[in-house]
Amino acid sequence: MKSAGPVLVVITAILALWYLAAVPMNVKEVLTQAERAGAIVDPPSAVERRDTARLPLVMRNPELLGASWSMERARLPAPHQVAQELWASTWDEEVNGRRGIVRSGSLSNRSLVYHGGVTLGATFLGFLIGAGLGVLLAIGIVYSRVMDMSVMPWAIISQTIPIVALAPMIIVVLYSVGLPSLFAKAVISAYLSFFPVVVGMVKGLRSPDAMQLDLMRTYNASGSQSFWKLRLPASVPYLFASLKIGIAASLVGAIVGELPVQRGGLGARMLGGSYYGQTEQIWAALFVAAAMAALLVWFIGWVERRTLTAMGVPQ
Amino acid sequence: MCSAMKHGSGAELNADDWKIGSVIQAQNLDLTFQTNDGPVHALKDVSLEIGKGEFVSFIGPSGCGKTTFLRCIAGLETPTGGEISVNGMTPDEARKARAYGYVFQAAGLYPWRTIGGNVRLPLEIMGFSKAEQNERVARVLELVDLAGFDKKFPWQLSGGMQQRASIARALAFDADILLMDEPFGALDEIVRDHLNEQLLALWAQTEKTIGFVTHSIPEAVYLSTKIVVMSPRPGRITDVIDSPLPKERPLDIRDSKAFIDIAHRVRDGLRAGHQDD
Ligand SMILES: Nc1ncnc2c1ncn2[C@@H]1O[C@H](COP(=O)(O)OP(=O)(O)OP(=O)(O)O)[C@@H](O)[C@H]1O
Ligand SMILES: [Mg+2]
Repeated sequence: MKSAGPVLVVITAILALWYLAAVPMNVKEVLTQAERAGAIVDPPSAVERRDTARLPLVMRNPELLGASWSMERARLPAPHQVAQELWASTWDEEVNGRRGIVRSGSLSNRSLVYHGGVTLGATFLGFLIGAGLGVLLAIGIVYSRVMDMSVMPWAIISQTIPIVALAPMIIVVLYSVGLPSLFAKAVISAYLSFFPVVVGMVKGLRSPDAMQLDLMRTYNASGSQSFWKLRLPASVPYLFASLKIGIAASLVGAIVGELPVQRGGLGARMLGGSYYGQTEQIWAALFVAAAMAALLVWFIGWVERRTLTAMGVPQ
Repeated sequence: MCSAMKHGSGAELNADDWKIGSVIQAQNLDLTFQTNDGPVHALKDVSLEIGKGEFVSFIGPSGCGKTTFLRCIAGLETPTGGEISVNGMTPDEARKARAYGYVFQAAGLYPWRTIGGNVRLPLEIMGFSKAEQNERVARVLELVDLAGFDKKFPWQLSGGMQQRASIARALAFDADILLMDEPFGALDEIVRDHLNEQLLALWAQTEKTIGFVTHSIPEAVYLSTKIVVMSPRPGRITDVIDSPLPKERPLDIRDSKAFIDIAHRVRDGLRAGHQDD
């Protein structure tokens, strides 16, 4: 692990910055709390403080800032608070919580594990639909001139629509026509993930050079033989590159699809957290989402390495 | 050139001709590519006859239409004029009848297939049984001296070995005609000599008809029973030399008087082509 050193340095730097940033971010609430506890704050009037910038407030009340990293409902919770929330909403909730395994005999439906699972399900379903659709469209585009002329422009236009902004509307509509929430979210996921797959797969299917194609002609190979024995294997490296982008996009799609309706999932957790000022909850959900994205991309990368090794690509 | 025109000069090609020994017949072949910079006359008035079991080399400066002519024979390019027949059929029919194996200038192995898998490719496409595939792959790999390399991937082999694998691939199904476009162009002299020897042995063994493009005069003279000299703009045949060398050719035949004489004639032919410009 030669790379561990630099990674640790970066993580330490980020944590240090985060702790530092928490001071000005939370200073107003910290000072209000201190004032209530009887301390003399400069400036003393709450109105005046509201109109003063954060940094001067920090400078003028250095001795009152001890609570910056332990505020409830902090604007920016400190890393250890987020870590505590992560622990509380995963292990602690599952084992010791009111709905946890000990007291209810089943896993909790309030934990981040549960919400992560909900999001993951929609991500996978959307990704399968999106990737499958992408591959099929790519085959159509490569083999049919009509589809090349008609589908490709629409696929490009589809990506110029700010789907993230439209997703809440779409979701609400899909719910109201009675589509199960899993499928409604998967629609958004599929919408976001099919495009990179189409682009990569079209490029991959078109990657064989003239000589490789001519070889097939000298064997008088049929169209499906050239597809299975030449175009498809040639497209594999391109496919994996776009699958990695696609699955990350799928996760974003699932989360966005969970925002408007409180029916579980990391997106619902984030929005719920922001309604109630539970910032630790938002951050904890964010970290779980980030970890999931990393894991998903890593997983595709793992399958890619195995596949390419089997296909003789030198490592 | 006249020596190549014993049969059917000017007359219509008829299916009986090839039975008395000629496999490929081209008459007044023209091919003009329409490009953005105007038409390119890749072939003009090319007439040639290749008999069964002949080893024919095509030699000429870059751009004189050697590849184009080979591709016309293979049905990969459609002439814009004249007539050409392969085994009494049109090239396209011959291609569909899988009458020839084609070795491209670069080995062009599929990188995701092993050497064995690459050689197997045409057999899979042509629907040979699994047992027959295995038997043939083993046999042709043996033939090109690559036995034991069937599990290796192309990148694990040297350029010369890859080129031999691509020859094995063209030999795997029993096409009577082998078309080779500068197969040894990128190899060093020693490897080239070695492969030339192997190719001659293979030709003697299999009695195939071979069309072979090269830039090397010694290679052309050493290998061929017939040498076709071409010149560019427009691509045409300027000389056809029937080699008097015996079929049995050790490498040192290249020092013999007969060999040197033919080489001179080829060189003169190439020079004449250049002076036309
Ligand atoms: N597909 C094509 N489209 C347009 N012009 C072409 C095409 N293929 C070949 N040509 C032109 O036809 C002429 C003959 O090309 P060809 O490839 O047959 O030459 P060659 O004798 O094989 O040359 P080299 O020794 O360099 O391989 C050249 O001028 C080339 O530019
Ligand atoms: Mg050429």
